[in-house]
Amino acid sequence: MKLIIAIIKPFKLDEVREALTEVGVAGMTVTEVKGFGRQKGQTEIYRGAEYSTNMVPKIKIEIVCDSAISDRVVEAIQAAANTGAIGDGKIFVLDVGQAVRIRTGETDETAL
Amino acid sequence: MKQSLKLAGLGLGAAALFAALPAWAQDAAAAPAATVNKGDTAWMLTSSILVLMMIVPGLALFYGGLVRTKNMLSVMTQVGAVAALAMLLWILYGYTMAFGPDNSGFIAGFIGTFDKAFLKGVTAASNVATFTAGVEIPEYVFVCFQMTFAAITVALVLGSVVERIKFSAVMVFAIVWLTIVYFPIAHMVWAATGVFFKAGALDFAGGTVVHINSGVSALVACVILGKRIGYPTERMAPHSLTMTGIGTGLLWVGWFGFNAGSALEANGVAGLAMINTFVATAAGGLFWMLAERVFGHKGSALGFCSGIIAGLVAVTPAAGNSSPFGAVVLGAVAAVVCFLAVSKLKPALGYDDALDTFGVHGIGGMIGAIGTAVVNDAMFGGPGNGGKPLAAQLMVQIEAVATTIVWAAVGTVIAIYVAKALTGLRISTEGEREGLDLADHGERAYNY
Repeated sequence: MKLIIAIIKPFKLDEVREALTEVGVAGMTVTEVKGFGRQKGQTEIYRGAEYSTNMVPKIKIEIVCDSAISDRVVEAIQAAANTGAIGDGKIFVLDVGQAVRIRTGETDETAL
Repeated sequence: MKQSLKLAGLGLGAAALFAALPAWAQDAAAAPAATVNKGDTAWMLTSSILVLMMIVPGLALFYGGLVRTKNMLSVMTQVGAVAALAMLLWILYGYTMAFGPDNSGFIAGFIGTFDKAFLKGVTAASNVATFTAGVEIPEYVFVCFQMTFAAITVALVLGSVVERIKFSAVMVFAIVWLTIVYFPIAHMVWAATGVFFKAGALDFAGGTVVHINSGVSALVACVILGKRIGYPTERMAPHSLTMTGIGTGLLWVGWFGFNAGSALEANGVAGLAMINTFVATAAGGLFWMLAERVFGHKGSALGFCSGIIAGLVAVTPAAGNSSPFGAVVLGAVAAVVCFLAVSKLKPALGYDDALDTFGVHGIGGMIGAIGTAVVNDAMFGGPGNGGKPLAAQLMVQIEAVATTIVWAAVGTVIAIYVAKALTGLRISTEGEREGLDLADHGERAYNY
């Protein structure tokens, strides 16, 4: 099993979700996050008081899937979330040791 | 019941009005009984409620939106509580100090006597004069209308000291400040026997009494109190400009009660004050945004709101003393100068006037008070009938402004130090970090 963490632009969430459904991903966890990379934040001005925000809002998606489809999941996210501009985000893939479905007690691949 | 009469100005020249006053007094006995008009009364009842709308939803939301999330409730509570306190003081002794019979001796013209303390002698049958001979309004209505002015003025002052002043200090400050600053200045400017009124100073709806007074007091208070922790390096962006926008809308709508209501009658002068309150404000909102563009920024929502307030403040003394075009110029000039005051002057001098009460109400009020002499002049299309030459009127205005600045500054120093001695001024460092909502009131504004 793999844990795939993707940081994407917020407005790309729907497209990524559709692409993942086609690949066969049955569920995901989505979090609103802030951070920075090459993309710089914006300057806000309130009555002359300037604040530069170097954190930009992003969406973090977490998916645990069968190792067999992990490459296709990554490709689907990469294709769907791409705009070609800086700030499109990143994808990380990690190994997962165990998974349990709380309702039934099923484990590993059957729990996904 | 003719001793109470709000401000000079109006279509008559101030000098002409002054000249007419003794005649009124003499004629009072012989003249036919003055009448109370139901239309006037209904309008003044409505105006009083409109000014209340400026405070408890209007100013509370306008100021509240500008602070950080953790201080939202403290701002709304401080604004509401001092307004409530002002209402109680008003019927105890505020009304008589401001509009009661005048004293004799060296304080004559500065403060009323205590003859009407606890509203003694005020009944449903007693009336007060308006600006038209023979037309009166019920005294209770006048008491209510003027009560709302005291309530909003003390609430305005708080804009500079929010996010760090203790609630208890606010309440003590409000009692002393209303007593030694607001009530006497209201008497000087608006009572028929007040020194500025007699000198012919033009202040239609309270540019001097309300705005210069609150703006200067706010500046003095925030300098004594000191800066907020982290100012100006930490981020202190407004937590909800949506609420500030709603508050701005309520203030603008309510301001028609404030300005057009100050005619004390439902007549053409109220209409003039109304149209001026529309167009000066419109010019203010747009010209503040224009000033932002000229300085290389984006035209902002907060800029639009701030310009609206600057326009409203500037047109307040001129509402019934200007042509609509004079009002547009006044609103535009006030917006640009107030923009410079809050975005250039304040950072340069380094004081922490948190919500720019001085920058908008103090500076805008001074532009309005002095500009009123100009826009009132017939030469510039104003309703003044040449009763006083422009230069002489300017001098009277400047004297009233200067006296108010000194009086407000000295009074505020006293009021702040009384509060400091009794309750202490600032919330603890820990409380300031955590937010005044929790530290002073034990609540959070937003529980998601």
